[in-house]
Amino acid sequence: MGTPLSLSSTAAIIDRATRIFEDLSFSAAREWKAAQPGRKVVGYLPIYVPREIVHAAGMLPLGIVGGGDRLEVVHGDAYYQSYICRIPRSTVELGLSGRLDFVDGMLFPSICDVIRNLSGMWKLMFPHVYSRYFDVPQNYADEIGGNYYANELAELRDDLARLRGAPITDEELWHSIAVYNENRQLVRELYAYRAEQPWQVPAAEAHLLMRAGLVLPVEQHSEMLRDYLAAARLQQRPRRDNCRVVLTGLFCEQPPLNLIKSLELAGCYVVDDDLLLVTRWLTSDVPVEGDPLRNLATAFLHHSESTAAKFEPDLREKGQHLVRAVRRTGAEGVIFASPSFCDPALLDRPMLQHVLTDAGIPYIAFKFAENSGQMQPIREQAGTFADSIKLWSGQ
Amino acid sequence: MNAAAPAAKAAARDVEKDASMQKQKAMMAAHYDRLTSAPETGAKVCSTFVPGNLNELIGCFDLLNNLPEVNAIQNGLRRISGQYVMEAEKIGHSEDVCTYVKSDIGMMAKGNIAPNGKKFPNPDVLLLSYTGCFTFMKWFELLREQYQCETIMLHTPYMGDGRISPNMLEYMVKQLRDEVIPKLERVSGVKFDIDRLRERLKKSAQAEDDLVHVLQTARHTPSPIDAYFGGIYYIGPIFGAFRGTDDAIDYYRFLRDEIDERLARGRGPVTPEGDMGQERYRLVVEGPPNYTHFRQFWKMFYDEGAVVVASSYTKVGGVYDFGFRHDSSRPLETLAEYCLGVYTNRSLPMRIDMLTNYVEDYRADGLLINSIKSCNSFSAGQLLMMREVEKRTGKPAAFIESDLVDPRYFSAANIKNRLESYFQMVEQRRAGARPAA
Repeated sequence: MGTPLSLSSTAAIIDRATRIFEDLSFSAAREWKAAQPGRKVVGYLPIYVPREIVHAAGMLPLGIVGGGDRLEVVHGDAYYQSYICRIPRSTVELGLSGRLDFVDGMLFPSICDVIRNLSGMWKLMFPHVYSRYFDVPQNYADEIGGNYYANELAELRDDLARLRGAPITDEELWHSIAVYNENRQLVRELYAYRAEQPWQVPAAEAHLLMRAGLVLPVEQHSEMLRDYLAAARLQQRPRRDNCRVVLTGLFCEQPPLNLIKSLELAGCYVVDDDLLLVTRWLTSDVPVEGDPLRNLATAFLHHSESTAAKFEPDLREKGQHLVRAVRRTGAEGVIFASPSFCDPALLDRPMLQHVLTDAGIPYIAFKFAENSGQMQPIREQAGTFADSIKLWSGQ
Repeated sequence: MNAAAPAAKAAARDVEKDASMQKQKAMMAAHYDRLTSAPETGAKVCSTFVPGNLNELIGCFDLLNNLPEVNAIQNGLRRISGQYVMEAEKIGHSEDVCTYVKSDIGMMAKGNIAPNGKKFPNPDVLLLSYTGCFTFMKWFELLREQYQCETIMLHTPYMGDGRISPNMLEYMVKQLRDEVIPKLERVSGVKFDIDRLRERLKKSAQAEDDLVHVLQTARHTPSPIDAYFGGIYYIGPIFGAFRGTDDAIDYYRFLRDEIDERLARGRGPVTPEGDMGQERYRLVVEGPPNYTHFRQFWKMFYDEGAVVVASSYTKVGGVYDFGFRHDSSRPLETLAEYCLGVYTNRSLPMRIDMLTNYVEDYRADGLLINSIKSCNSFSAGQLLMMREVEKRTGKPAAFIESDLVDPRYFSAANIKNRLESYFQMVEQRRAGARPAA
């Protein structure tokens, strides 16, 4: 009788995650804020911000990744030309339509020129909201990029302390680092489990779980992940004759959920991806003793994900993270899915493809927008890719 | 709308150039000859970018600088960038990304031929001066993949809060001192001499004074210069290979004298068809121009008597008109401040302040934005910028679209229509402002 119970458990968890995902008014975050006077919410865009500092300030970090395919963009298009990606216009729409009216601060990480310029737009459009362009070093020497980044973190700590009206202590930071270490461990566990048995963790469910982590307090999200993992392990889902792929290029604007589902329906199990990298950006635990900001800086420099928004100083290392992901997960190919007009993903793509070619790893590529509606071409392309892998791999 | 056409037009094929333009052209040609003869002369080559370029430092190591954006511009002006862009797309580069990059990659694929018809040498070092444009980082990763040479990253933090913090400055100085300079020493085999750098910085400041003087002559009515189309000629040496050299000092003094003379005689800007006629519209322009149809684009302005009195594009390599000069007493700090201050490294509110200031200070009729399809650094946010400047100045603004060096995105009829509508709007605004009789 364990199987039906666990099925309903995963279903209930995913149902809750889906409701959070579909709620463009961020009710869960609003409720968290309303539950106690003085609480504050700080939004952040992709690709990475040190959520530990926001958490240490007693605030809720709220991940904002555009409006997806359910938001009608009424005002946002008036702010962007047709040749600019979709995420800034739907983010502007979220702001102008009042959906972010409970947000006290916004962080715009260094990812590309569009998000960078959006940081200035936000200052003009919402002058009463604290907003900061969050720069990160492209120099990875401890004494150069490390010092710079530690000082930037200190500025953020001071800013948030002013916002809450009290300093943020080292003890608070250590505690928050520990809480996020645990959360990242659970995320890594989920990803490892999916890589091992992808039929047990459908890609859309993994994505919904990560999306919930953008809105829920981290403690609740960790609980959700723990519950899901426990429930998933108690059940056996049917295993399809799918190939195994790594999905890449989706680190900023998010694909429609249907796109992710379509890939699996077309015969591709997603065994790794770069969706919502903030949930696992730091690849190992951050020490919870010593200088907390220095520890976060060191983790960023030496133990963080590789992605197009970061400079790779070593030519021999360029793209190897993708090869390693393929080897680690037993993937048989890579799917490049890039948002239209995404400079980081599209400029990086040819170099990554050359690396894959040299490593003998097959790949396909297509573009999408967060509101793409037609999945049939993508399904056909992915299906053909899966067939070709099954027919020709090993020959 | 041709009432203000130039009084005396030269034959269309006889492009008129001021003496300074001829001098600039000769300087650029000489530089390309130096570059393409590097295999024979043994000179080493450093590829780097225009915004925040470190020409003074590069010169200290006897390196020749090669600027891929300038090469793409040259290919655009010569109408060959289109085939290069398509070549790059054929080998896997997206249609969505920067056409400077694709022109460069396509040029390499087609033999890497310089404007003088000779082959570019491979760079000995890529100095990735990462300032104000995300694409730069990927561009040099792409070039590094091809050339497999030393690549030096100099990361310039973005002025998101509209200021240069001590942390930003210290970060940059450390990068220069501990990474950029030692690596340039290693590549060039030349030991760094800070006094040599100071000398070059002094020369830079001298040329910068003259450039600012020239650009600010546009405050006069009529303006003796066009600060966009003509301005592109003026910034070539200082943002290219010549800042910090005697050649740049000579050029900018020569240019200053020439423009002062135009000013004294009450002459307007020179156009490819001779002196512009009556100045009817004074514009501030935001954004780069289109280069594949540069002359046709310019003609749409001067045929209407429209002169650009200030532009953001002529600040893309560095902003001097609010007081910055290279300071030889703080050699590394001044290089850092120069990189930090380039136009596209300034926050959107700073850019809006600048444009508002230009509209008011240069007594312009309004703002025109030429939005570039493949340049997010400039283009993202321009619609808000337009509305803000319009709101603050009370002057009309307009928006046109084209691309840097991809001819597929230049629609002459569309742009001309929009410009004509804009000029009508300016006229209506003027008529509305006049007191009733």
